[in-house]
Amino acid sequence: MREIQAGRVSAAVRDLCIEANTKLPESHLAALRRALDDEESPLGREVIERLLQNADVASERCIAFCQDTGYAVFFVEMGSEARVTGGELGEAIDEGVRRGYDEGYLRKSIVRSPIDRTNTGDNTPAVVYHEPVPGDGFKLTMLVKGAGCDNMSALKMLTPAEGVEAMKDFVVETIERAGPNASPPVTVGVGMGGPFEKAALLAKKALTRPSGEPNPNPELAELEEELLGRINATGIGPAGYGGTQTALAVHVESFPTHIAAFPVAVNLDCHSHRTGSVQL
Amino acid sequence: MSKEPIRLQTPLTGEGNESLRTGDVVLLSGVLFTARDAAHARIKEAIENGDPLPFDPEGQVVYFTGPAPARPGHALGPAGPTTASRMDPYSPLLIERGLKGMVGKGVRSEGVIRSMREHGCVYFGAVEGTAALLADRVKEAEVVAYEDLGAEAVRRLVVEDFPVVVVNDLRGGDLYREGRERWRRPVVPG
Repeated sequence: MREIQAGRVSAAVRDLCIEANTKLPESHLAALRRALDDEESPLGREVIERLLQNADVASERCIAFCQDTGYAVFFVEMGSEARVTGGELGEAIDEGVRRGYDEGYLRKSIVRSPIDRTNTGDNTPAVVYHEPVPGDGFKLTMLVKGAGCDNMSALKMLTPAEGVEAMKDFVVETIERAGPNASPPVTVGVGMGGPFEKAALLAKKALTRPSGEPNPNPELAELEEELLGRINATGIGPAGYGGTQTALAVHVESFPTHIAAFPVAVNLDCHSHRTGSVQL
Repeated sequence: MSKEPIRLQTPLTGEGNESLRTGDVVLLSGVLFTARDAAHARIKEAIENGDPLPFDPEGQVVYFTGPAPARPGHALGPAGPTTASRMDPYSPLLIERGLKGMVGKGVRSEGVIRSMREHGCVYFGAVEGTAALLADRVKEAEVVAYEDLGAEAVRRLVVEDFPVVVVNDLRGGDLYREGRERWRRPVVPG
């Protein structure tokens, strides 16, 4: 059994919070540069140029590139032969979030409950999803999730008869409805299958994939490409001012489902797409 | 942005706003007041109770933002616009009291747009996700009300050449609708 000190987890989480909020992933910067080349609208190009300048300034000064430094969401892949010692895993992650958001000058955006809207003051609790895996590895993947785009996300329980065409229509309708509110160019996470909550979780996890990396399943990769084409034909464009680059990437994840079901969830991420991971 | 920018000094006037057109690029200088969800809820309460408002809305511009903390040496932390539609239930209350500009992102309701046209108020878009660049244009920042709300407190900002685009003008123009119509393409079946 491999032992991982809780203090190491907290330190890694603190660094991830600061890094993810002040430096855009290289794959995402590359996607923005491609969008700049492909965008046909002059105003749209100008928006993308500003986003790239903003990323430079934020990274140079180690400040957040978006004031909404989001929910701190973590996917934890912990091997069955690894365990955390000297503290509880959830508390170790929260401690890292507390330190990262304080020392990184990041905004604290979490309130106690939807009804009692008192700010918790330190951006905790983190949102943690565990995935048991074989071996003794320990991998933490963070997604900083802004609310503006999360608010425009949607889930639908389709019927098997409605099928894949209805699924595609629902994804595009969700983008149309979100319009400028989701802060395009967006990254689109699509989860299908499983019961209700599984689809939503897959859609969120799909956002952590490096930008534009296709699904290894060629049929799903083709679906991603088709959806991207349809989304970019909507005309919404960068910042919603009109243009040809509404999404940078569509990531689809699929899971087995019930004979009676075809759940589909769409989780949107704004152009400040913040994700990172670390292995301990 | 693509056109030659128009320089505007706040406070704004209804007459001055008449000449602005959807898609105009504007550089705002002067005072902006920040307020978002929680501050708007309190402003509504203050109006209902007849209590004083955090600022006199006449001629003023509200910026929908909740900044991140400032590093030492900066007037304000990163501060980009938040989704304006969440303020739709409240905005007419301020517009009827003389508010002449709002800065945010995302579409406004028909009710807000009607109220803006009736009272000479313009809605400007700032580019979300450029919080670090926008904070550079803020020269002074001070909390003037609701300090307990933290990032959501009302702040008085002094800005210089703060870059925005006219989204909703006084003639019914709407950049989001027009931009989308202009760039929409038919989908070629695969």
